[in-house]
Order: sequence, then structure tokens, then C-alpha cells
Amino acid sequence: MTAVREQTAPHPPPSAGRPRRSPGPGPRRPSKDGGPGVWPYVLIAPAVLGTLYLLVYPLVRAVVISLQDFGLRQLILGDARFVGLDNYGTLLGDSRFWEVVRRTFLFMAVNVALIMVLSTLVALMIERLGRFGRTAVLSSLVLTWAMPVIAATTVFQWLFHSEFGIVNAVLKDLGFESFDRYAWFAHGPAAFAILIALIVWQSVPFAAITLYSALTTVPVELYESARLDGASGTRIFRSITFPVVRPIFLLVFSLEVIWTFKAFVQIWVMTNGGPGDATTILPVYAVQTALSSQRYDLGSAASMVTVVLMSGVLVLYFRQMFRQEDELA
Amino acid sequence: MSTTRPRMRRIPLNAAAVVTVALCLFPVYWMVATAFTPARDIQSDTPRLVPRTWTLDHFRTAVGADGFGLFWRNSLLVTLSAVLLSLVVALGSAYAVARMRWKGRRHFMLMVFIAQMAPWESLIIPVYIISRDTGMLDRLPTLTLVYFMMTLPFTVIVLRGFIVTIPPELEESAQVDGCTRLGAFRHIAFPLLAPGLMATSLFGYITAWNEFAYANFLIIKQQDNRTLPVWLSSFQNVFGTDWGATMAASTLFAAPALVVFLLLQRHVTSGFAAGAVKG
Repeated sequence: MTAVREQTAPHPPPSAGRPRRSPGPGPRRPSKDGGPGVWPYVLIAPAVLGTLYLLVYPLVRAVVISLQDFGLRQLILGDARFVGLDNYGTLLGDSRFWEVVRRTFLFMAVNVALIMVLSTLVALMIERLGRFGRTAVLSSLVLTWAMPVIAATTVFQWLFHSEFGIVNAVLKDLGFESFDRYAWFAHGPAAFAILIALIVWQSVPFAAITLYSALTTVPVELYESARLDGASGTRIFRSITFPVVRPIFLLVFSLEVIWTFKAFVQIWVMTNGGPGDATTILPVYAVQTALSSQRYDLGSAASMVTVVLMSGVLVLYFRQMFRQEDELA
Repeated sequence: MSTTRPRMRRIPLNAAAVVTVALCLFPVYWMVATAFTPARDIQSDTPRLVPRTWTLDHFRTAVGADGFGLFWRNSLLVTLSAVLLSLVVALGSAYAVARMRWKGRRHFMLMVFIAQMAPWESLIIPVYIISRDTGMLDRLPTLTLVYFMMTLPFTVIVLRGFIVTIPPELEESAQVDGCTRLGAFRHIAFPLLAPGLMATSLFGYITAWNEFAYANFLIIKQQDNRTLPVWLSSFQNVFGTDWGATMAASTLFAAPALVVFLLLQRHVTSGFAAGAVKG
């Protein structure tokens, strides 16, 4: 978090420089009574206070807990004492933790790659479809998107049910006899794959719709002249389409990185991190450690490591974005 | 020749569209179809794409289950109050950022952008401890506040984007005509903000209606204060392995979101797109 702040503070907010932005950030000439005075501060006060109490304070508390010896006893009696970086030492010295970190990155990479590729393809497809097809695809994307996470997770459990699930039935009909009563959630890689399928299914709609809306901002004249020059489809995509949608593409990309990095509910509800540890990624590990093993200190430390890793990804993203803006400027 | 070739070339495209629609909708369809299928057909080795006979039994089981109405009410209460709170607070901030010039404006927006990426999944433990210390554990207002904070940054960003696009001259001329600044905003800008308010309240609604982790870990002793997602996730205890009832409950839980989104489909896509492009 602090890393992000330091990195970005001297720069304008990420919104600056997006295409199709309305002219000017909106500061208007002083009104007749000689400037807004205290009003803006009054107007933002609830938001600032809310953020301080509901976001900054818990974050500070998390850091403090991660530096304490804080188990069930300390939770009840409140006599936690500071132990410095001991918890981080314990965590980083644990091979299981590193296994979880590795799995988290694998999970994120596979998810984000699939989401970006599929949603780009879907967005390009929507753009080329006729009016009817476009409405049909957009409506079904919106429906998928609106599907609540818990409901979707439950449905996927049902789809992949070992005895009565339709996936096994279809696979069996297709001649894959080995899938007869195949227990997806008892096999690590299979459970991992289902979670990826679920998250990709849930994430593509937002990404595809956003990318499609970005595609509609590409000036038609550019396409026409490119076609007159005899450019191929891939060439048009590389030289015209992609550069225009690149800022949005990167925005979606970074959001998906953050979201998949934080994926918790689907895993918690579907597999609880199992079988064994096969689907335990960082947020699941943190909650397991804190709430199931009642090691709040280790759980907080794991959470803080997650935040730091995520900030690292974000810094890379912000850097890239600002570099691009400098080019444009 | 000239008419058939484009048509031929459209076949793969249309096939891809059909596959996309099918992949998107199948899980949703399967949920609804299972909810209407009689139990004996559900537990068969050869699931049928279209139920042979339809039944409402599962819905009766789900609605009749302990606390269903109560959890619906809890979810609705928490969701609506969080969305309303976030809209009111965000509207003030968005107006201040979009319309006024003041020191710290940029820093405020930067804070909002950073807050949007808040690691909520990593804050369960401190929020749990803080709630316990302040006697707010097991209470619905705690969830309301957390959901309010989760949706606030996005709401500020999108509303700011919308306010910026409304020419200040409109309000200024109303002020010249004798309106107060607040009156000018209410009569001129507010109606123009409707799509933005719709998009953001939908976002807030979905976020709060869906939220599971906090609802699961902050409401522990007072089972009466649980929300629908938590209840649904514990279906296996509630219904045994009654998948029909589970799917019926899932359908009832998802229905409000699905219906609202489908009705507002156009506004949703354009509103979110606007938010994303401007955000």
C-alpha cells in the first residue's frame, strides 16, 4: 500500500490521459462569492472519515497484530505483546507457505491469461456481429455477470457432482468412461481446474463488455484507410485496434490480477482449500491460519505479505501506465 | 458471389457467438432447470437437458426452510442501506471533486483510487477484532458499514465521471435565475446523473447482496442475523444433499440480480463502460 502511494504520489491520478474523456478535470472558475471556502472539505468529510475508520484503521491494526504474539488467549484477554518480526520469520521459514505463494501466482497467471485472451476474442466478436447477435451475446454476458458468486459456486458444485453431475454424464456419453462418478473435488488438479473455470466464467463478462466498449471508441476512418491500404486483419489489430484500446486493456488486466489474487469466496465455499492443500491460495491460507488455527498473528502476517505482493503487481502496472502517458504528452 | 461470400465468412463468427451464449447461459439454465426437476429425475445417472416433468416442490422446501424469510429481509436491509449510504456520501465527494477547486483535490482522488484496490480479504481479522471490541460483532449495521466502504470508492469515481460531463454553465445559469447552488444542482444536474446513479447503485447492490466473507465471519453467534449468501453456502447442512432444494434456493437468491440486470441491460453496459472508460 505505502509502496503504491510513494510510487504514484508525484503523478496525476490514473484517470488522466484516458481516451474519450470529457474536456478538463472540472475545476471551474471561482464562483461569485469568491471560491468554495470550506464546502469541499465538508462534502468530502464523510468519505474521508469513513475511509479512515473502516479501511485505514483496520489496515493499521492488521500490521500491529502481525507484529504481536496474538493467539486465542490474547484475543480474549487482550494482553498481546510485541514480538517484532518473529511472525514473518515463522511464515517465511515455512515451506508450506512458499508452496501457497507459488500456487497463488500460478492460479493468478492461468486465470488472468485465460480471462484476457477469451474476453478480447469475445469483444472482437461482438463488434463484428450483427445487431441481433450483438444483443444476444451482450445480454447473456450481463446475465452471467449478474449471477451472484455464491449461487454460481453452488451451481458449479452441482455441475461437477460426482454422481449426478451433468459434466460427468456428458463425458461418459462421449466415451470417456473414466469419468463415470469421477470425484472432481477429491483430486487436487481437478479441483484447481474447476475453480479456474468458475472464476474465468465469472470474470469474462466484465472484461469483455469493457473491452468491447473500448473497441467502439476506435475511429471508423482508421479502419477504412487501413483496409484501403490492404492491411490484413492481424495487422489492423496490432497497429490500430490494440494501441487505441491499450489503456483500457491494461486497466482490465490490472483489475483482473487484483481480483484473482484476492479470490477467496469461491475457494472457501467450494473446496475450503482442499483436497489437502491443492487449492489453498494466500487469502485462504491467511483465513485458515487466523480463524481455524486461531493464530491471528500469523494470519495477519500472511495477509500483509499478500498486500505487499499485490502492491508490487500494482506498482508495475502504474509504472507502465505513467510511462505511456509520458509518451503521449 | 458477392453476397454469398460474406455470408459464408460469417458462419464461424456466428458459430462462435452461439458457443459464447451457450457457455454463458448453461450454468444459469441448469440451475433453474434443476430447481424445477422432480427429485427422482435429479438423482438419475442420465441427466436430461429439459426436465420431463416440472415441479415446484423444491421451491416449497427452500422457502419453507428455517429462517429463509428472515435472511432475505436481512440481506435486503443491509444491501439497501449500504447502497443508499454510499450514494449519498459519494455524491457529495464527487461533486466537490468535479465542480470545486480546492487544495488536496488530487490527493483525495488518488486516495479514492487506492482505496478502490483495498485488500478487503486481508482485513477480515482486524475488522473482526475491532467489531468485537466495540460490541459490533454479530450485528447487521457492521455489515452495512463494511459494504458501504467497499462500494464507496467506485461510486465516487463513476459519479465524478458523470458530473464532469454535465456542463457547469447549466447550473450557473440556473443560479443566475435565482436558484441556490444546491437547488441548481438538484434541478439541473441531478436528473442528468440518473444513469450514473443507476450504474453505481447496481454495482453496490451486487457487491453487498453477494458478499460472503464478512457476513460469514462477523455474524457468528446471532444466527438470526445471517444473510442469504451465508445461508446458501451452508445448504448442505440445511437440506442434506437435496440438490433440487439447493438449486431452488440459489435461483431465488440469484433472481433479483438476474432480473434487474436483464431489465437494465443497456444501462448496465453503457453505465459500466462509461465508468470504466472515464475511471
